[in-house]
Amino acid sequence: MTLMTMIAKMSEGMGHTFEIFFLTLIFSQPLGMLVALMRMSKNRIVSGITRSVISVLRGTPLMLQLLAVTYGPYYLFGIGVARNKLIPVVIAFSINYAAYFAEIYRGGIESMPVGQYEAAEVLGYTKTQTFMRIILPQVVKRVLPSVTNEIVTLVKDTSMAYTVSYLEMFTIGKQIANSQTSFLPFVVAGVFYFVFNAVVDFVMGRIEKRLNYYR
Amino acid sequence: MKKLLEINHCRKQFGGMEVLTDLSLSVEESRVLSIIGPSGSGKTTLLRCATLLETMDGGDLIYDGVYAARDVDGKAVYASPPELGQIRNMFGLVFQNFNLFPHYSVLKNIMEAPMLVQKRNRDEVEAEARDLLEQMGLADRADAYPYQLSGGQQQRVSIARALAMKPKILLFDEPTSALDPELTGEILRVIRRLAEKKMTMVIVTHEMAFARDVSDWVVFMNGGVIVEQGDPREVIDHPTQERTIQFLRRMQEQ
Ligand SMILES: Nc1ncnc2c1ncn2[C@@H]1O[C@H](COP(=O)(O)OP(=O)(O)OP(=O)(O)O)[C@@H](O)[C@H]1O
Ligand SMILES: [Mg+2]
Repeated sequence: MTLMTMIAKMSEGMGHTFEIFFLTLIFSQPLGMLVALMRMSKNRIVSGITRSVISVLRGTPLMLQLLAVTYGPYYLFGIGVARNKLIPVVIAFSINYAAYFAEIYRGGIESMPVGQYEAAEVLGYTKTQTFMRIILPQVVKRVLPSVTNEIVTLVKDTSMAYTVSYLEMFTIGKQIANSQTSFLPFVVAGVFYFVFNAVVDFVMGRIEKRLNYYR
Repeated sequence: MKKLLEINHCRKQFGGMEVLTDLSLSVEESRVLSIIGPSGSGKTTLLRCATLLETMDGGDLIYDGVYAARDVDGKAVYASPPELGQIRNMFGLVFQNFNLFPHYSVLKNIMEAPMLVQKRNRDEVEAEARDLLEQMGLADRADAYPYQLSGGQQQRVSIARALAMKPKILLFDEPTSALDPELTGEILRVIRRLAEKKMTMVIVTHEMAFARDVSDWVVFMNGGVIVEQGDPREVIDHPTQERTIQFLRRMQEQ
């Protein structure tokens, strides 16, 4: 098999890699914010349970979580494994990343000076208005570098989907590597992730610059 | 004269420590009240209780005849959230460290609350905001961001932000303490001008000369109670209580 055929075959999986990446980003950010708010809830039961869940999600391998979400329903309830594994893969990724984003957001929210809340309160802003207009925009700027780190990790983590044989780029590469006893597919994969992350870095850098209009 | 702010028998504890003890005061329309006193005497706590940032344990809090809190058997019972929302519209607060919104331009800092909270028309609010900036000597800084301004300019913006809500009464917590000495003058001038325009104000301050000049009444607090109060010239130039005399002497030495 020539290098070109390998690249062509692996390219077919790149669409799936992008799918995992973008869908995870789209779902895990708002979910992470929700989890962060639950984690900071004044209700001890809510915050306690949320904290435990976050600690399990961060304390166990993503690979295990992928297996659990994909095959768990079958072993537990006899429900057939989803034909389109994109669904369990994205669910597992989104939940896992939401746990990380939640802790980042929580750190950002807790770093906000109380004076911002008090100024808004005295002016008559509601709690929601204060959060959406005053707190959240500033939190986004504060957490952006940490969020970028997580996104860079997510790009590389998409390769984990091979554990449930979801046909994204890396899974295909691994199959080719096995059948051709060649190391080349891994080199191709390495270059792919590197370029992908270069783009991520560029985009996030632009967003950070955009938010540099204030301090 | 009608009383715009009235606090009766206010009590406030923090973790079992009594910070305000049976404290009463009132402010009449168009009058300026200064509150002086040593660090830890409860001045900020009093202002925070008055602006609903802190809840009193006991006492009445009344704005222009409307009860924000009413003492019932020694416990302060607060009005409903919508009623408190109405009451918040009556006062403004200027913080020691400004608390401007850093991600908003100067103009937006001033305009957002009148539009969002009071649902006023944008054009009208903008005209007023620009007028306020003009009065504050900041007409050309409308599009600047807070970080681009000096402390004195930021504090003037925060005063404009409070005034844009058209409060009946404006409260200040040490508005010049976070500023370099050479910048305090510009803020004191602004407040003096507001006093001339008959703005009702409560000012916590360590600027004795200013308190004497600008206020109609001065209250000296110590240990959560009012030790002495009266005409500023009387209290500041001829204090009668030992604690007041000591405090004023120490202020003079600085
Ligand atoms: N949130 C709080 N929790 C516990 N104690 C508090 C709190 N806020 C204030 N105190 C205590 O209440 C007392 C009065 O504080 P306050 O800030 O009202 O004094 P102050 O007169 O404004 O002093 P300063 O001139 O230093 O600003 C102090 O002993 C302070 O430690
Ligand atoms: Mg204080």
